[in-house]
Amino acid sequence: MTAETIPMAAVDGSIHPRWVRVCHWINALAILVMIGSGWQIYNASPLFDFEFPKQITLGGWLAGALLWHFAAMWVVVINGIVYVTLGIATGRFRRKLLPIRPGDVIADMKAALSFKLAHDDLSHYNAVQRLLYAGVIIAGIILVLSGISIWKPVQLQELTALFGGYDAARYVHFFAMAAVVGFLIVHVALAVIVPKSLRAMIAGR
Amino acid sequence: MRQRRIIPGVDANLLIKDAAKLMPDASRRGFLRGAASLGALTLLTGCDIIDGDRAESVLRKVSEFNDGAQAALFSRTKLAPTYPESAITKPFPFNAYYDEDEAPEVDGKIYKLEVAGLVENKKSWTLDELYALPEVSQITRHICVEGWSAIGSWQGTPFSEFLKRIGADTRAKYVWFKCAEGYTNTIDMPTALHPQTQMTFKFANRILPRAYGFPMKIRIPTKLGFKNPKYVVAVEVTNTDKGGYWEDKGYNWFSGL
Repeated sequence: MTAETIPMAAVDGSIHPRWVRVCHWINALAILVMIGSGWQIYNASPLFDFEFPKQITLGGWLAGALLWHFAAMWVVVINGIVYVTLGIATGRFRRKLLPIRPGDVIADMKAALSFKLAHDDLSHYNAVQRLLYAGVIIAGIILVLSGISIWKPVQLQELTALFGGYDAARYVHFFAMAAVVGFLIVHVALAVIVPKSLRAMIAGR
Repeated sequence: MRQRRIIPGVDANLLIKDAAKLMPDASRRGFLRGAASLGALTLLTGCDIIDGDRAESVLRKVSEFNDGAQAALFSRTKLAPTYPESAITKPFPFNAYYDEDEAPEVDGKIYKLEVAGLVENKKSWTLDELYALPEVSQITRHICVEGWSAIGSWQGTPFSEFLKRIGADTRAKYVWFKCAEGYTNTIDMPTALHPQTQMTFKFANRILPRAYGFPMKIRIPTKLGFKNPKYVVAVEVTNTDKGGYWEDKGYNWFSGL
């Protein structure tokens, strides 16, 4: 693929500014640690009639998984705060993700399912992308807040109450994780189908 | 074995199996040792990118940092939520790293609570003397490190009251507990002085049954279940962190809620 095939849209010539790329890959690594260790923690007291296969969990046993989870937690939270703050402050979220109109989403979804959705301009997100990217940011925030409310149901009991109490917060945490994992499956599949998008997230263009 | 219901009606037998599962493999040198334990990362990269021992030592350091973060977040006055009697989990689960019929059987007639360390009065306490202490009650949520929770009703003496009576130096950093079966636990002094931290002699207004820690447990609703020792036989006020059964195996030391 040559450089000419990639549209130059951003002001500085790159599709993703450096801070987006740095945050993205820090988050990618930290979130894998969180998911792998989180599955092991889930297995200690499953909410449903299934467990995650041990081979895809992290930590070896509950204590190890908890250590990983509460270490990577800091990375996810600090990196997430930097990302969301810069996303709002630089206007990137508003520019890239808004507006999200239901009509556009339905039209783009139909186009995507019939393989007619254009993907040429990496700097412009279609309505489905906007919905998914905005959605995963919100799911991530819910994931972090429900996690904190499970971790500190006494000191931060007001937050825990917001999620319907300790036991309910565990379900919220689980489903927010499921939403993020669902996003990741689509996200990684599309990055594989459109390799230049992966290059843009690494090299910037 | 997978028919687990978290709440209500936690199955005691299954919980015992859970506890057994929580034990680290005896063959494992460190709790992260071995490629399998590195799970996802190993799979993703196709190689063991993290040295087990180094990862373990870094993770332990972060865990110590988390102890400090939790101590900073801990409020001496913030109370754990309390519940009505109707919310009590029935049956309240038995939970330990051993079977229920292997739980210690303490003879109340000869039982004496030993007191040691930085206190003015090291006299041992008989059960009758302990039962004569003022009684308070709480209905609070017991939260296990595994994630499940259960609401129970506990009666006993505020631990701060007992510390006052033995003339404890409350400037000391820790209180250490020893239990009949050899289980141990260390807690921080601010938690020991928390108004809801209780020397518990009764469950649901009846003398503590063997399963729940007869003759005495320490009920701490601001900490995970494993920081609530049962069958307590000795209390020591100390400036030395003597660790504890699960903490030494890798669970976070502070384990606050």
